Amino acid sequence: MTRADAIEVAASPEAVVTRLAASRYLADDSLATAIFLAIRLGKPLLLEGAPGVGKTEAAKAVAELLGRELVRLQCYEGIDAGHALYEWNYQRQLLAIRHAGEHEIDIYDDRFLIARPLLQVLRAPDQRVLLVDEIDRSDHEFEALLLEFLSDFQISIPERGTIRAATQPIVILTSNRTRELAEALRRRCVYHWIGYPDATREAEIIMLRAGDVAEATARAVAKAVQQIRARPLAKPPGIAEAVEWANAATILEKGGSPWPEAFRRAIGVLIKDEEDLSSIAPELGQIVEEAMG
Amino acid sequence: MMRGESLPSAAASFFGFARLLRRHAFAIAPEQVTSFMQAVALLGPRSMNDIREAALATLAPPPDRRGEFEVHFRAYFYGDAKPPIVGEKDDETRIKDDHGTRQEENQAMRQEKGGELSSALEQLSSRDFQRDPDGFGSFRRKLSTALPVRRSFRTMRTRSRGTLDLRRSLSEIVSADGDIPAPLLRRRQIVPRKLLLLIDVSGSMKLHTADYLNLAHAAVQGAGRAEVFTFGTRLTRITPALRIRDHEQALARAAALVDDWDGGTRMGPTLLAFLSVPRFSAFARGACIVILSDALERGDHSDLETAMRRFSARAFRLSLATPLASDPRFRPATAALRALLPLLDDLVDGSSVKSLADFILSLARPAPAAEAIWKRVS
Repeated sequence: MTRADAIEVAASPEAVVTRLAASRYLADDSLATAIFLAIRLGKPLLLEGAPGVGKTEAAKAVAELLGRELVRLQCYEGIDAGHALYEWNYQRQLLAIRHAGEHEIDIYDDRFLIARPLLQVLRAPDQRVLLVDEIDRSDHEFEALLLEFLSDFQISIPERGTIRAATQPIVILTSNRTRELAEALRRRCVYHWIGYPDATREAEIIMLRAGDVAEATARAVAKAVQQIRARPLAKPPGIAEAVEWANAATILEKGGSPWPEAFRRAIGVLIKDEEDLSSIAPELGQIVEEAMG
Repeated sequence: MMRGESLPSAAASFFGFARLLRRHAFAIAPEQVTSFMQAVALLGPRSMNDIREAALATLAPPPDRRGEFEVHFRAYFYGDAKPPIVGEKDDETRIKDDHGTRQEENQAMRQEKGGELSSALEQLSSRDFQRDPDGFGSFRRKLSTALPVRRSFRTMRTRSRGTLDLRRSLSEIVSADGDIPAPLLRRRQIVPRKLLLLIDVSGSMKLHTADYLNLAHAAVQGAGRAEVFTFGTRLTRITPALRIRDHEQALARAAALVDDWDGGTRMGPTLLAFLSVPRFSAFARGACIVILSDALERGDHSDLETAMRRFSARAFRLSLATPLASDPRFRPATAALRALLPLLDDLVDGSSVKSLADFILSLARPAPAAEAIWKRVS
């Protein structure tokens, strides 16, 4: 999909909401506006939020919306240029030198170049969307490298010269905010903070994502999860966990557990921390009851 | 830079809003202002909400200052009188990070509104530190090598004791046209662990806080990655102030940042507040944590216990230095200390800076757990 097509798809924030819903992602107006602006302004989109609010899912949905392939670069401590940009295939180069014997051979040919995510996107900006996931896990050196890439959309390979993107690629960055990102990076991007959705929207998401969960169950789960998130937990449950909980409770109920009991027995898929579990346990019955009532 | 007056009148108001935010210590770059105006134009704008969304997306206020941003937005575009920032309950522990200006701003707003809004529980005061007890020079120099270490994910070139560096070896071979010179080796780097100092500034620690701050300054200057927080009734991050090289200037800045000198303690809630900020608790992971406090928690200590349990699960080594331990008759006998003892790696004397500095320098050396030591004593 070319840039003109992308602009057509993202004609307005409302159009983005509709298209995202078609890819089974329910975005609120604020997120849709941010996506719309990122596409139209040609800037990277930086999504921040607690773990499990659907940042990566949003990126997948944007790729689907644009009909492009998603190239994902997962960050971790110690990630370097060789993992993000490109690498030479030394083994093949070596073999080729041996094989060529007296003939001349260009060992810096495309055949020997392993394109890593950033280069892959640079080569076909119209067909790919770049997702730089959990950038807060990488270290500062890598952030600086990324900054350079995001400002010029070019990569210099000493043996080959500079490779430039023909058009501006669409880039999405996500961060769990375990550390503060460099100001320069935030400045370059269109920024959006994804919070937990409200109960109504979460119920819709559960209905959409879970297999066959009754509407009443989805509503009860959404309400209960809102309550649980309000407590001081070490790891508040994300949306994915809420969906799992609804699924698990439904399965248990079909297996013969009556309603409030099914929720209680399935709590292990929602809260995955022993300490949290023991602190919420005394109140759980009441929370579930209130949510169902 | 373009002056606001030379802009078309419709655009000037957006420019003015950005300037207003800058005055309130929001970091906003010129290119962000440009994007803001472009975004507004792209969105229509069909409503005030479009302008708000555009501002949020392009000017990117930090999430923890969203409330403040909204207040400024309403005040600027709707002409509302600035309401005091709501949502601050007295039992909620306030966390103060880098942005010193913002809190003072809020404080001023609260006072304008009338006395009943300011908290009755907290006794706020300021202090200055003018004394200069130097002599931390050797501590500072030794610290960078004395902290415990871990193996980093980064590798370094080495001549011996390493694994084969395939990438560099092969590129060497390629550049030598297939000849195989000596293989190159690499080894994972050794990096010092992070150091986290949590300083109790409540009234009962009054005699020691000045010394502790001096020590903290030396630690921030000496260690590669150190963070310092003070806690009393609130939690304050003072690392940026202590990064200033000049001793007096740094301490004066730090003293001005902290609002709760010599007040009460709410150790448990403030430490929990620390852990609830992902950025801070991520720093605590794998770090050497030294808490400088007498651990005299009033009332219920269950919060304190929870917080310490979480700390001990995260930390490489969790130490509590209490000035009370200088007394030879001291035993960890209070209910709070008895509960904490199994969680601690060290419970040491924190009454003199000398002993404390020596203790921090010895963090890399293994020591028996605090519980074992104190059981022997009693």
